[in-house]
Amino acid sequence: MTRKIVIDPVTRVEGHGRVTIHLDDAGNVAQSRLHIVEFRGFERFVQGRPYWEAPVLVQRLCGICPVSHHLAGAKAMDVVVGAGTGAGLTPTAEKIRRLMHYGQIFQSHSLHFFHLASPDLLFGYDADPATRNVIGVALANRELATQAVLMRKYGQEVIAATAGKKIHGTGAIPGGVNKSLTVEERDRLLKGDGGPLSADQMVAWSQGALAFFKDYYKKHKAFIDGFSKFPSNHLCLVRQDGALDLYHGVLRAVDAEGRRILDDVDGQDYLRHFREEVKSWSYMKFPYLKRLGPEQGWYRVGPLARLNVVDFIPTPLAQKEFEAFKAATGGKPNDMCMHTHWARLIEVLHAAEKMRELLQDPDVLGGDLVVHGKRQPEGVGIIEAPRGTLFHHYAVGDDDLIKMANLIVSTTNNNEPMNRAVRCVATTYMAGQKEITEPMMNAVEVAIRAYDPCLSCATHAYGQMPLEITLVDATGAVVARRRKN
Amino acid sequence: MASFVRFTLDGKTCLAEEGAQLVAAAREAGVFIPTLCNYPGIPPKGACRICTVLVNGIPQTACTTKVAEDMNVATSTPELEAFRKSVVEILFAEGNHLCPSCERSGNCELQALAYRYRVTVSSFPYLFPKRDVEAWHPKLVKDHNRCIQCKRCIRGIHNAEGHAIFAFGKRGDKVVINIDPDTSKDIDDELAQRAMDICPVGAILRKGKGFDVPIGRRTYDRAPIGSEVRP
Repeated sequence: MTRKIVIDPVTRVEGHGRVTIHLDDAGNVAQSRLHIVEFRGFERFVQGRPYWEAPVLVQRLCGICPVSHHLAGAKAMDVVVGAGTGAGLTPTAEKIRRLMHYGQIFQSHSLHFFHLASPDLLFGYDADPATRNVIGVALANRELATQAVLMRKYGQEVIAATAGKKIHGTGAIPGGVNKSLTVEERDRLLKGDGGPLSADQMVAWSQGALAFFKDYYKKHKAFIDGFSKFPSNHLCLVRQDGALDLYHGVLRAVDAEGRRILDDVDGQDYLRHFREEVKSWSYMKFPYLKRLGPEQGWYRVGPLARLNVVDFIPTPLAQKEFEAFKAATGGKPNDMCMHTHWARLIEVLHAAEKMRELLQDPDVLGGDLVVHGKRQPEGVGIIEAPRGTLFHHYAVGDDDLIKMANLIVSTTNNNEPMNRAVRCVATTYMAGQKEITEPMMNAVEVAIRAYDPCLSCATHAYGQMPLEITLVDATGAVVARRRKN
Repeated sequence: MASFVRFTLDGKTCLAEEGAQLVAAAREAGVFIPTLCNYPGIPPKGACRICTVLVNGIPQTACTTKVAEDMNVATSTPELEAFRKSVVEILFAEGNHLCPSCERSGNCELQALAYRYRVTVSSFPYLFPKRDVEAWHPKLVKDHNRCIQCKRCIRGIHNAEGHAIFAFGKRGDKVVINIDPDTSKDIDDELAQRAMDICPVGAILRKGKGFDVPIGRRTYDRAPIGSEVRP
């Protein structure tokens, strides 16, 4: 008798997803799928709108990382207004956008690690769900919880100072930005205005978060190394010299052995190298490298992928941590799913260092904000969002209205890896089992959670959502059902 | 020399120049009467009705009413405030007003009045009309989704020859305000900006100009609508 296991919805992720696992007569995993069951439709309804609205409109995709969509949209429209890419902007505009982006990375990564992922690490994936949540974290480790809240707040304050408000600002406009920092804003973010929210404190707390993870890793090495481990390709933007650059660069991908399978690709040419496959059971598309095809060309994006692709990190403290991270796998690409948390925290430290560096740069106080050049019919904006590489592509008519939009969102790029992760964990924890327990279900979610997926790319919902697993026989009859509320 | 008339405004005796528009006279006396279709310097129309007040107990639009001797005006009864809130709600329900992505958000008079009257959702059913964005003009975009047909653009924006560059099209509930291709073809940037500025909502936009003013420095970020009028 075959069995079908359904996890619906997946919790402590942003958005709404469902997992189905089919076990064959012998109890082995015959099929596993992560279904994304909501439809947003932004690619369609941005059509017909004036191009300068796109960065403001598309950021409504998400309440967690709207800055990523705001900046990817603005970068695409930079091309459309003839400002070019990267160095085409004024120094003030580029640095304000970078500051906004690193504030976003910092707050989003902090949110994910402390609020969403840390309950599994602090208490174990098989702990009582009554304590395995963010409230449990706050009660068990008050200092960690307080730092988590304040780190997220700091990132949001940086966003507010550069974009106008903490969520859904308007700072980036085609060809530049609409504001720089005042001296008062700069000093408040740099020195903390007498409170803990200073750039130096954020660096120190980021180091503390890394130390927390590394201490946990020492004690749980077998679990962290062995949980949901599988080889894959990895993709991200890199600076021309191979440095980690989350705002701008060229596309590079490496295979499971670290060989470059895509290198030095200008984002404007992404369509020559990427394809997206549609499957009937999910609203989320499956991107892949065209040259390798859908079976071999899928790839991971996000913190783990980035640290597998880049040659170095251009800030000293994060570089030191990067060297330790690379040493753990002898310099080879790291395919251990739970090491994504480690990579994410190294990026938190990098973001803190970058914010401090930018706040000390006088260009962020400048007044030269916008450049325009020769109008172009289309533009592509690519950015490394917290969850990975994010593509925005727009075609704009002579009448200035958007004719076409194609968005490949970070979580979309991680679609196949998340499906593989589900299969990997299901095979390890569920195959051959007669009874499905809550820890088995959470193990599947832990694997998905490592990718910090933004399934709807909308405001997040987590923690208190119901979770249901149903066992169905080959005829479709329900054999057993387990549910938590 | 101007002659003055004495009138009563919300129970207080006030003076105003004879023939003064009631909206302006109330403003001089420190009383804010909300308007949408009214705009300084162009003839009033009484189209939107949001400035309705009680003149000697009878509802009248304050933008089309001239102050007269011994006139007794009530500007802010609970019924009038409820009526004004309904006007705002009807306008939101009748068009497609999506503030989060609108260029005029923070500078929009309709949005500012919605905040003033604490409109969180319209109590009228949203019509979600299917409307176009008119973008053929080299300098202007006319977004019919947001137009409240106040006619400020028709009355206030004219080309060098004195011809209106906006005009009505269609009839009845299909009526739209279009850009006139003949009278608008040679407008300069300054007139295009004036056209955008005269619109109380985001229905007239200058091409390529968007979100230039950061959040925090927009008109109604600094102070709510009506707060410029002080008793």
